[in-house]
Amino acid sequence: MSKHLRTPLKTVRGLGSARGGTHHFTMQRITAVALVPLSLWFVWIALSLVHLDYAGARMLIAHPVHAVLMVAFVISVFWHAQLGLQVVIEDYVHAPGLEIAFQLAVKFLCVLGAVACVLAIARIALGS
Amino acid sequence: MAEFTLPKNSKVQKGKHFPAPAGASKVRTFKVYRWNPDDGQNPRVDSYDVDMASCGPMVLDALIKIKNEIDPTLTFRRSCREGICGSCAMNIDGTNTLACTKAVGDCSAKDVPVYPLPAMSVVKDLVPDLTHFYAQYASIKPWIRTQTAPPPDAERLQSKDDRAKLDGLYECILCACCSTSCPSYWWNGDRYLGPAVLLQAYRWIIDSRDEDTGARLDDLEDPFRLYRCHTILNCARTCPKGLNPAKAIAEIKKLMVLRQGA
Repeated sequence: MSKHLRTPLKTVRGLGSARGGTHHFTMQRITAVALVPLSLWFVWIALSLVHLDYAGARMLIAHPVHAVLMVAFVISVFWHAQLGLQVVIEDYVHAPGLEIAFQLAVKFLCVLGAVACVLAIARIALGS
Repeated sequence: MAEFTLPKNSKVQKGKHFPAPAGASKVRTFKVYRWNPDDGQNPRVDSYDVDMASCGPMVLDALIKIKNEIDPTLTFRRSCREGICGSCAMNIDGTNTLACTKAVGDCSAKDVPVYPLPAMSVVKDLVPDLTHFYAQYASIKPWIRTQTAPPPDAERLQSKDDRAKLDGLYECILCACCSTSCPSYWWNGDRYLGPAVLLQAYRWIIDSRDEDTGARLDDLEDPFRLYRCHTILNCARTCPKGLNPAKAIAEIKKLMVLRQGA
């Protein structure tokens, strides 16, 4: 009933503009642009790794150029995935508690995934 | 959560069939969504066989013929019958469009389905409740906003090039076909302004005579109001005036990035 007494404009104006979203928009595009060449490189190196034995594969990844590109690829992937999944959850999950739980889970999993990948690459590249 | 199925009292049921009169030569069937707020029944789809030999070419002509000659209880909005008022916007043959400019001959379905605009509350039959849509339009303050007083003896002038920037924007009649075709507006229409209102917002942002461009951008810079547009492009596909709201939204986003210094 109380909602019934509010004007439609009161509902539309809500809490006002959040004055944000542009940073999310640009980061999504920057990571997307970065992923175009990085993904092509990743496909190439993945196909190369298929033909190598374990020692050869480690040698290839340990090369500074490949190690750096692999770290860049992994960070871009998880960053981009986090930004995209955040939007999917905002779009479809409207139950307040559930939405926050999903948003936290996505962010934590993406950060953990990125950190784990970077550590793995570092260990190979630094030979430990 | 987003709802993907209709609630029980909104499930559409089979309705009545109104056969064509004897001697009808060119019969076309229209399957029309019917719902009456007063009878407590579920919505239904009535089918009307219309003799197109004695009917105008447009879907609106057929609806008027149904209301005049077959079933006076059918409710729909219409006014100008020439595509400039936007009243008769509805979902015809699976696409949001204006009944007055949609030719029956261009409908591909054998029995032409006629539904109200999707994802809106229905007032009755083909009449959607556009209160929220109009409030969203009002929220962008769609009038010229300036600090400079107008010249005492002249209009506010605009170069031909600046005037040309309004082409493809001023033609919008706010029929709501685009906004109600947008999945993002379906799921988040409470906060997302939708393609029609954002196109109108851009119409004022790009107007060389308006001095409140920054404030207009401030009001739109919001993860929901503006950035719920995921360039699905249903808006451009469905616009009965052939406009491209998605492009207007993309231009707003470009200005948002531009003013960050990029």
